[in-house]
Amino acid sequence: MLRIKGLTKRYRTGDLALKNIDLDVPDGQVMALIGPSGAGKSTVIRCINRLVEPTSGTITLNDTEIVGLRSGDLRRMRRRMGMIFQEYALVERLSVMENVLSGRLGYVGFWQSFMRKFPQSDIDEAFRLLQRVGLDHMADKRADELSGGQRQRVGICRALIQNPELLLVDEPTASLDPKTSRQIMRLIKELCAERKLSAIINIHDVMLAQMFAERIVGLKLGEIVYDGPPDKLTPAVLTQIYGEEDWASTIRKADDDAEPVDELAPARPAETPVIERDRLAGLT
Amino acid sequence: MMSKTLASPKRSWQRRDRKTQLTVWAGYLIGTAIFVFCFQKISETTIWAFVWDAPAQAADLGSRMVPPAWSYIHQLWRPIWDTINIATMGTLISIVLAVPIAYCAARNTTPSVTFLRPVALFIIVASRSINSLIWALMLVTIVGPGVFAGIIAIGLRSIGFVAKLLYEAIEEIDESQVEAVRATGASAAQTTAYGIVPQVMPAFAGISVFRWDINIRESTVLGLVGAGGIGLELNAAITQLYWTQVSLMLLVIIATVILSEWVSAKVRHAII
Amino acid sequence: MSLTVPAIPSRPWKKPPLIKRAWLRWTLILGFALYLAAAFGTTNVNWARVWEGMPRGMQFVTAFFPPDFTSRWDEIVDGIAESLWMTVVATVVGIALSVPVGIGAARNIAPLPVYYFCRSILAVSRSFQEVILAIFFVKLFGFGPFAGFVTLAFATIGFYGKLLAEDIEDMDASQAEAVRATGAGWLQWINYGVQPQVMPRMIGLGLYRLDINFRESAVVGIVGGGGIGATLNTSFDRYEFDTAAAIILIIIAIVMLTEYSSGYLRRWVQ
Ligand SMILES: Nc1ncnc2c1ncn2[C@@H]1O[C@H](COP(=O)(O)OP(=O)(O)OP(=O)(O)O)[C@@H](O)[C@H]1O
Ligand SMILES: [Mg+2]
Repeated sequence: MLRIKGLTKRYRTGDLALKNIDLDVPDGQVMALIGPSGAGKSTVIRCINRLVEPTSGTITLNDTEIVGLRSGDLRRMRRRMGMIFQEYALVERLSVMENVLSGRLGYVGFWQSFMRKFPQSDIDEAFRLLQRVGLDHMADKRADELSGGQRQRVGICRALIQNPELLLVDEPTASLDPKTSRQIMRLIKELCAERKLSAIINIHDVMLAQMFAERIVGLKLGEIVYDGPPDKLTPAVLTQIYGEEDWASTIRKADDDAEPVDELAPARPAETPVIERDRLAGLT
Repeated sequence: MMSKTLASPKRSWQRRDRKTQLTVWAGYLIGTAIFVFCFQKISETTIWAFVWDAPAQAADLGSRMVPPAWSYIHQLWRPIWDTINIATMGTLISIVLAVPIAYCAARNTTPSVTFLRPVALFIIVASRSINSLIWALMLVTIVGPGVFAGIIAIGLRSIGFVAKLLYEAIEEIDESQVEAVRATGASAAQTTAYGIVPQVMPAFAGISVFRWDINIRESTVLGLVGAGGIGLELNAAITQLYWTQVSLMLLVIIATVILSEWVSAKVRHAII
Repeated sequence: MSLTVPAIPSRPWKKPPLIKRAWLRWTLILGFALYLAAAFGTTNVNWARVWEGMPRGMQFVTAFFPPDFTSRWDEIVDGIAESLWMTVVATVVGIALSVPVGIGAARNIAPLPVYYFCRSILAVSRSFQEVILAIFFVKLFGFGPFAGFVTLAFATIGFYGKLLAEDIEDMDASQAEAVRATGAGWLQWINYGVQPQVMPRMIGLGLYRLDINFRESAVVGIVGGGGIGATLNTSFDRYEFDTAAAIILIIIAIVMLTEYSSGYLRRWVQ
């Protein structure tokens, strides 16, 4: 159970990103967080695992207070929460396997991780997860050789191998095509069900949110303006969250069409960093 | 830059308007004046008779240099070996020392912005401003002539170069990748090893090889001040006017430099 | 899609090595190790002499606290001024000369014989460290800043010409072609089709070269090429370490200044 009370965040630039947010997420619940750009969705998620320091308020995960933890305790706390990023945020020059195993960094010592000597149980779990998302044959590929959908699945594995109690998902589909987006969302939902995980998913696509979440929270200018089930999300509510628009076509009517997860969009070619010639030239 | 003047009914076009044009001319004028002034200053201290005589001198010197004393090559293997060693070991030393300095100098990794970062930046500038020959000059008076002084001189000069390029590479990394590693609960050291090191590794390897290539060229002259390598022989041959030996050594230097440039280009290509 | 995953047998995992072919990997590692061993083995260090030199090293370090700016102030000022004259003139002349050489060394513009000729000029200029060049120019032109100026100008040709040639080779051929299609003459073509493409970057590099030439001007003096290097060398010869320290600090300060201001100028120009 995640419990947020009176969470406020003011950035050093003076932006008041969150104003006194209260939010409870029970175990096993998949919750979608929607709202216009700049509403503070990312800030909520980042405050929960303290990539961003909250200005005030309390956050407790299963009765452990998160705000105010010191570095060692903070690390132990962070490994209880898996995070999935919009731009995947894989370490591109590491292999798929290393990226997945990096989810275990909170559990192993520095030298172990430095020498890539992870316990066999971690490696088994990594292979199992990769197989689960259909990527086990790519374990030794470099992350920048994967397509967007594949990268996001690696990102999911990295979060899950932490064996988290909570998933924090920041716009998992923003860089993906519509079909891959659904596959990824379905995967997240299924995995949450398998592991009885609760999840907070930031998402811009209202229809996807309705399709895959049990609960929707609307955020606007740092305040919660809607909190309820997906089917209560009426045009009036959307207007309140996003502003005036024709919402009729955005809201989901039919049930989602179940389709099998199919694989392997073509891989993007690796980008090669070039050391800038000018700069080198100037230094001889 | 381009603008149309609508003054006359017949539209005229000028690349720059009048004011910009004047500024540009003024710029040229000042530039020329500075150049002429500087040249004047140099010419005051120049004995022009020598300068006019230079082509004849050059022709004379050239004729004395051919044919190169090919047999002398047998005495050059050792100096060539030393030269390469000075470059390689100097580069290795500089790499080892440059890494922590770059770490402290990069805004996103430095442990202390107010104290360590300025210190690291100063070390970088100081190392870069002083040519390896000057470093060698100092070191020869301190540790005595020989290869050792050369190695240290090359090392000290290269620290700034490697550290500067490395810290710029560190500042340009993708922070979201680092953040993702941090979010797993990794410690600071683990975040560095998994989030930062893989991102800067190719740049680091490229920089090191590139500097090694430059150092080969630099180490050919360290001998002139007594710090070992082929420069020592070159200096001796020039002072004793053995011009055929000098020309051979110049050829050897060209060959070595071109070869090292080729190796470094190949290695950098393989890395990236 | 089934949610149950069949148990998979436990597999070990090891980070795949950087170089896949084992024999190549080991040859490289072994080769490098052998080379290092040989290099260390053949480097004779006279530790006794190094040890002896330590007090002098300390003396040198303490010379920086405080450095002596005053007793040779006039010589220092003269040296710096000379270095500056040399730097400016050498940069201007060097860049002016490197433009034709650079154009001649661009494969996509120059005919083959011209290309080879210009490339060999660049190769010679780049292979020799400034100091070696300086030795010869001092022989030809006599001691003093003139030899230093010629040295730096010649080195500038190698640096600037090569980068210019590369830049021209990398340019967008279609733009240049479009200009040629208008019936422009060769010089017009260079002026309208090529120059605009390479100009911004080359201006920046010219300012870089100004920095480099100042730094190098400090060493050509060691072999008689005038400038602050001569002053520095003299102070070492006289064992006046505190004056040397002062000169070194001044060089650092000027390098910082030129670097900062040329960075600023570059941003302003572009
Ligand atoms: N690092 C930061 N420094 C200063 N202000 C920030 C920072 N990050 C976010 N903000 C501000 O906080 C507010 C909320 O930003 P946040 O990123 O949480 O929005 P979001 O809802 O995730 O938007 P999006 O949908 O575009 O991702 C914005 O006004 C933004 O300008
Ligand atoms: Mg966001």
